Amino acid sequence: MYDNPDGVMIGLEVHVQLNKLKTKVFCGCVTDYHNDPPNSHVCPVCLGLPGSMPVINKKAVEAAIKIGLALNCKVEEHTQFYRKNYYYPDLPKGFQITQYDFPISSGGYVMIEGEDGELRVGITRAHMEEDPGRLVHEGTIDKSKYTLIDYNRSGMALIEIVSDPDMRSPKEARRYLDKLRNIVGYLDVFDGNLEGAMRVDANISIMGGQRAEIKNISSFKGAERALLFEIVRQKNVLRRGGVVVQETRHFDEAREITLSMRTKEEAHDYRYFPEPDLVPLKISGWAPAIKETLPELPDARRMRFVEQYGIKDDHAKALTSELKLAIFYEDVAKKADPKTAAVWVCDVLKGELNYRDLTVEAFKKEHMLSVLELLAGRKITEDGAVDIIRTLLDKGGSPEEIIKEKGLVIVAGDIVETAALEAIVENPQAAADYQAGKVKALNSLVGVVMKKTKGGADARKVREVLIAILSDGFYPPIEREKIEKTIIKIGDVMVEVSKPIANLLKKMGYV
Amino acid sequence: MWASINELKEKIHAGSSEEVVAEYLERIGRSKLNAFISTSGESAISRAKEIDANDIEGPLAGIPVAIKDNISTRGIQTTCASNILKGYVPPYDAHVIERLKDAGAIIIGKTNMDEFAMGTSTETSFYGATKNPWDMERVPGGSSGGSAAAVAGGEAPIALGSDTGGSVRCPASFCGVVGLKPTYGVISRYGLIAYANSLEQIGPFATSVRDVTTLFDVVAGYDPRDSTSVDKEVNYSSSLENNVKGLRIGVPEEYFGEGTDEKVEKAVRDSINTLEELGAKTTTVKMPHTKYALAAYYIIAMSEASSNLARFDGMRYGLRTEDSDWHTTFSQVRASGFGDEVKRRILLGTYALSAGYHDKYYLKALKVRTLIKQDFERAFKDVDVLITPTMPYPAFKLGEKIDDPISLYLADVDTVPINLAGVPSISVPCGFSGGLPIGLQIIGKHFDEATILRAAYTFEENTDFHTKRPEGM
Repeated sequence: MYDNPDGVMIGLEVHVQLNKLKTKVFCGCVTDYHNDPPNSHVCPVCLGLPGSMPVINKKAVEAAIKIGLALNCKVEEHTQFYRKNYYYPDLPKGFQITQYDFPISSGGYVMIEGEDGELRVGITRAHMEEDPGRLVHEGTIDKSKYTLIDYNRSGMALIEIVSDPDMRSPKEARRYLDKLRNIVGYLDVFDGNLEGAMRVDANISIMGGQRAEIKNISSFKGAERALLFEIVRQKNVLRRGGVVVQETRHFDEAREITLSMRTKEEAHDYRYFPEPDLVPLKISGWAPAIKETLPELPDARRMRFVEQYGIKDDHAKALTSELKLAIFYEDVAKKADPKTAAVWVCDVLKGELNYRDLTVEAFKKEHMLSVLELLAGRKITEDGAVDIIRTLLDKGGSPEEIIKEKGLVIVAGDIVETAALEAIVENPQAAADYQAGKVKALNSLVGVVMKKTKGGADARKVREVLIAILSDGFYPPIEREKIEKTIIKIGDVMVEVSKPIANLLKKMGYV
Repeated sequence: MWASINELKEKIHAGSSEEVVAEYLERIGRSKLNAFISTSGESAISRAKEIDANDIEGPLAGIPVAIKDNISTRGIQTTCASNILKGYVPPYDAHVIERLKDAGAIIIGKTNMDEFAMGTSTETSFYGATKNPWDMERVPGGSSGGSAAAVAGGEAPIALGSDTGGSVRCPASFCGVVGLKPTYGVISRYGLIAYANSLEQIGPFATSVRDVTTLFDVVAGYDPRDSTSVDKEVNYSSSLENNVKGLRIGVPEEYFGEGTDEKVEKAVRDSINTLEELGAKTTTVKMPHTKYALAAYYIIAMSEASSNLARFDGMRYGLRTEDSDWHTTFSQVRASGFGDEVKRRILLGTYALSAGYHDKYYLKALKVRTLIKQDFERAFKDVDVLITPTMPYPAFKLGEKIDDPISLYLADVDTVPINLAGVPSISVPCGFSGGLPIGLQIIGKHFDEATILRAAYTFEENTDFHTKRPEGM
């Protein structure tokens, strides 16, 4: 049981940009502006030119309903847009079209891993709004002589997801954010890798104080840092006998601190009123059909993976944390051993991807399958498999090419054996030394065998074979008591081996 | 030179559109009415030449049309009669302009108006007041005073205005021309620079019901870019009929209240008698919430306006003062760009929407609006049209009311309920008082423009008020 000693209450407002929609929320401008010059994806509507009027993008409404349903929200019968009035240069109309009364969905929840087991985080509402433009500064804000405005982003569809103040620590906040990204990522409505795809405002209070709203958080890590700082700051204020007032604070990412922006008295009066240019939307009929199209969500998929593939829950959780990874795994698991596949996809591939800041799209399923097949057939070693995966990510190619190039094929057992015998014959002194108790002498023999097999042998296996030959004199290691030993002379050195080995050496013409 | 669309078509057929357009431009050039803020001389002439050369057809082929300066015209300055939009040239055409161009019409200029359509006299224009062609010392009404004066003064055969609380019908009444405020949603507002979105409609002016109908048919119709636009094409020109037999007229006594000029009342009642003689039947109807309409109207209009006009910050277009930081610059732009009446309405609207006052004013006004709509619904159960004066009195003198905003607001008493209800209404000339025109307002059911146009047309066919022209033009 987590007792939350400071009475921390955290609620988050998360803005999800529906950047996978083809067009903006109230006009026909296409949304793929990320590689284009500033102000190249604009029209009278998203520039707020006098006389222009918004028209709702139905696909955006569908996406919003989808998100609402995935967050277990109730989808309203009617939804309505409102104007939120405030002046800012990135807001070309002097108001933002958003929702107020009658949001598209409300009253949902998501489950996260809390400080003491599963935690239900309530979703107050998930509503639609338009994104403002973007201010661009030459250099830093402080030093820039002017501000440039790029309206390409203006009018992008946003979903604002407002949580209840149910989180009790920055860690829980972080997990909530990860979970939210995970869920929304499954719905194919946004690309989390694009700039500004998810933005967070955080509300936090501790026992005995009022809440602070923290703005300008640009990453999940930033959210966690900002919240950690706030808890310390608010505790310090109270400890010194001060009052934690309701205010809006700004997160300074570089310094990892929050700074006061405005207090409650200075708060904006947004003068909400219904947007007269958009008629109320009757959406009660939409939800059932959209519900049909909802994919299997992360929690459900995680449970199914454990059941269907018999993999560990930790693996299932990691594999379902991202839709693409889950699909990747499942495609692989259908054609290979699911448990081994889970280990290799989750423990190896994911780590290598994270290390390189890549997504699973950077790795081909066929390659994963070949690697698993090669391993199963004992054609390559585990080390070799890791080497193949790394090489594929860094240089490309195919597993077969890499094996050939690097000589990663496991050398068959009899070849190791032959090489071991050759090594002994060529280095009888080392063999004798080992048998005389100089354990280190074995290393040089292993090295010789590895050289002979061009690294293709498994070093551990080579050691086993050499020890079997030399220490017990028994090889192959079967029914050792039935095998007679004999001493043979190699050059000037006397070496004790089993009769089969002696015969073998004779056959090979060494003795 | 007053000519109907048909007369001009003959003239164009016999001569050319170029000649017609040149004649109007010449007339505008030497006019003292100040009906236009800008004229589009060269582009109008070259378009006329194009139409002449290619025999372009269309219901308004080669016909000049004047456009209120709050309707966006690509390539032609559109100012809303405000300093803040001086030099603003829209990069796109309003829906009605696209339709006019498709019909072959020629935009000859942008007409004067009250700044951002906020007024009843066209005196709040940054570009100076427009004068009434019937008496140069009087106002033309407003806010579409330039469009009405241009048509009354023979400077344009037809014109478009916009009507938020009477801004087409009032100047039509004061200038002795016909003006129609259609049902909300019939004409796309895309490109109309908003004053109060939930109330306004673009409306046509002409010297006759027939020409108003022709222009209406051209500009009305569905536009997906306006979400409040109704998916309905209109064609009323072909069905105009001189017949009111059996028409049920309702006369709401609330519209003949205190402050209504005696001669206006008499002219309107005489007109009702005329229609009765032609076969219509009259009954008195009750519209008990009429007295709250003005207050509700001004609260809603100003609230919406306070938000609509927030975009004028000098950052992207229009007036720009000396650059400073953002707050200073936009404050300066708005301080010097807006006139007093606009500032008054922004302040009042901001106040009405503010926390703590929102419910008391804005929400209450919305409730009154519902009651007024119900008044109309109830009345229209028993009658086909309602007839009232358009304005309680004829045109007043320039400067007479401009310093008394309340008395100016009161002038809208007979027109604003119609906008609150969203029903159609037309003003037609019905008499004179001291040489000044009086307007008859005929109000119809939602989407029943056909009936009010028929009533107005019949009235026109049986009277000669609309044929009178101001002297000295």
